[in-house]
Amino acid sequence: MTQTPLEFYVPEPSGRPGQATDFSYLRLQPAGEARRPPIDTVPYDTRDLAMGLIRVLDDQGQAVGPWAEVLPDDEVLRKGMLAMIKTRILDARMVIAQRQKKTSFYMQSLGEEAICIGQSLAMLPGDMHFPSYRQQGLLVVRDYPLFDMMCQIFSNDKDPLKGRQLPVLYSVPEKDFFTLSGNLGTQMPQAVGWAMASAIKGDTRISAAWVGDGATAESDYQTALLFAHVYRAPVILNVINNQWAISTFQGVAGGEGITLAARGIGSGVASLRVDGNDFLAVYAVSRWAADRARNNYGPTLIEWVSYRAGPHSTSDDPSKYRPADDWSRYPLGDPIARLKQYMILRGIWSEDEHQATQKACEAEVVAAQKKAEAHGTLATGRTSSVATMFEDVFKEMPAHLRHQRQELGV
Amino acid sequence: MAEEKLRTKPMTMIQALRSAMDIMLERDDDIVVFGEDVGYFGGVFRCTEGLQAKYGVSRVFDTPISESGIVAAAIGMGAYGLRPVVEIQFADYFYPAADQIYSEAARLRYRSAGGFTAPLTIRMPCGGGIFGGQTHSQSPEALFTHCAGLRTVMPSNPYDAKGLLISSIECDDPVIFLEPKRLYNGPFDGHHDQPVVPWSKHPLGNVPEGYYHVPLDSASLYREGKDLTVLTYGTMVYVAEVAARDAGIEADIIDLRCLWPLDLDTITASVRKTGRCVVLHEATRTSGFGAELAALVQEHCFYHLEAPIERITGWDTPYPHSHEWAYFPGPKRVAEAFKRAFREA
Repeated sequence: MTQTPLEFYVPEPSGRPGQATDFSYLRLQPAGEARRPPIDTVPYDTRDLAMGLIRVLDDQGQAVGPWAEVLPDDEVLRKGMLAMIKTRILDARMVIAQRQKKTSFYMQSLGEEAICIGQSLAMLPGDMHFPSYRQQGLLVVRDYPLFDMMCQIFSNDKDPLKGRQLPVLYSVPEKDFFTLSGNLGTQMPQAVGWAMASAIKGDTRISAAWVGDGATAESDYQTALLFAHVYRAPVILNVINNQWAISTFQGVAGGEGITLAARGIGSGVASLRVDGNDFLAVYAVSRWAADRARNNYGPTLIEWVSYRAGPHSTSDDPSKYRPADDWSRYPLGDPIARLKQYMILRGIWSEDEHQATQKACEAEVVAAQKKAEAHGTLATGRTSSVATMFEDVFKEMPAHLRHQRQELGV
Repeated sequence: MAEEKLRTKPMTMIQALRSAMDIMLERDDDIVVFGEDVGYFGGVFRCTEGLQAKYGVSRVFDTPISESGIVAAAIGMGAYGLRPVVEIQFADYFYPAADQIYSEAARLRYRSAGGFTAPLTIRMPCGGGIFGGQTHSQSPEALFTHCAGLRTVMPSNPYDAKGLLISSIECDDPVIFLEPKRLYNGPFDGHHDQPVVPWSKHPLGNVPEGYYHVPLDSASLYREGKDLTVLTYGTMVYVAEVAARDAGIEADIIDLRCLWPLDLDTITASVRKTGRCVVLHEATRTSGFGAELAALVQEHCFYHLEAPIERITGWDTPYPHSHEWAYFPGPKRVAEAFKRAFREA
């Protein structure tokens, strides 16, 4: 009997350098088409929303469909726009600073600014955020001083984390921003634990966790879905599918032929797939998920479809593995341009105001950078005291660490 | 000492651990207890029996079989402000939680410059002697003592178990609390062919009913002697005791009980007195915690030593099933080591 030789299969993206990406794999749904279920929906009944794509802004910049019933007010829109512009400018300046060796490393959020900024504006003070490394927008929109961010990035003598963490791995308790690990996905089940604690105490606060498409492959991610479902934790589990995990296409993380949101259905978690470059959709869906959590209906998984417009980090060169002009062909566009178009149509923004805001943000970022650099950069070696290296390992410094500090002579 | 005024009663190690959790659940609303089978049933070793009925399902509850999830959830709860006490059913099962323990719990305070902390206690039954094979017998303490930011504790008797667990729960650092399961019901001395003496017949089985501490970072001089110093912990404390008797040697038996950070003063005072040191543990030898102990002793007591430091440990093999008693460093092997260390010129 003849037997068929087995074939080994490895997913490949439709585009590689010199070969334009076929974005039909995204299976877009027209704006306004996805339904908006009640917040007490049964998780299994969100199947269509996990496979579809919730969009509010259409190509003409109009807000359409059932999710447009929860539009942000003018103030939220202005705050969101300002934070997105500021974040993008901050990122651009810090990339330059890295090239100037003022820091070892930087990660920009170019193209996906709307997601964390829009969600942040849909949450309440006291809600806890467990970010990954591309949610600097959470800090910018909460008015965490750019100076403090930069001192962390430059590892200088005002670095709030005393030079212990890689640049951008912030920790800001006063802004409800959990310490960033750098190990991928670990914060997901922790956010669920935080939400469980809030429920145990009969509190009203909820939590939100952030992970990229690549790190959904970590077992911690699956564990987070499990615990969130089992204990009906008041948590929002955010997956930013920006298509690329360094050089690895999202198909290798399990996104080929299925959506990442679909995995939530099998775990018993309400799951939605959303246009992450659509600020209005981000806000409306985040409000829905937050309301659901706050009313004891349990967790929501949201897959935000976006595109990592920049390199993974300053150590990465994406032209080696994807078409150089990929972002310009990405069908869901640029979140800032799309919100700008909508706000102008709504009559609360103008081209002049946009230019003026950009200029003001440039000036603010430049001023903060000047002030931060006065306290040193990685290049100047003006860091926090080396003696602090031995602190915070334990609450009280044990004898062996005191001796080791003496051995180092600091 | 106020603690001595407390009414005492005989307890097994299981009862002492349960009493510690009961008292702490009563004293502090922020304490929660959870893990596999710990809720309604009360744990496979019954350490949490009755606690769910007394404190409710939101304070004491069952979890999915997911050690990484148990520890991760505890970290999130700790960051929220709770004080979770979680059980890993067997220390041999902690590996899926290793990333959450090493990279997260142990480093939260450090990486956030004190901004976030997770005061959690992770209880794990450990050690051999129950025919548990390679997945229910391991002694992984060195994997924790090697990690910066963790406290590692291993009591050897009911009195210490309760006092150390209360101290661990109140400690603001993450604590790995290892429970030698062969000692749960009595001070097993390695004579596996004889019935174990119950804790009710041992002075350290007499446990205060109320709230008291055994301080973290403290060792206990379990038996005093002039001939040599034994550095050990857990089940091997009682093996050392019987082996010293069999060898006719008067040994200072130091029960380290807090492995890291440890009580170096008690160790050095004893070795400087006896000039001879035997390091004894169940865990595999190479890169085991005994290597650290031997290094510390030579660093701090080299000019007092009369003989090479002996290391008696489990062999460098996975923990076997049918050959358990050939693997386990029993009284015979230990007594021979004591004699060698004592006779060495």
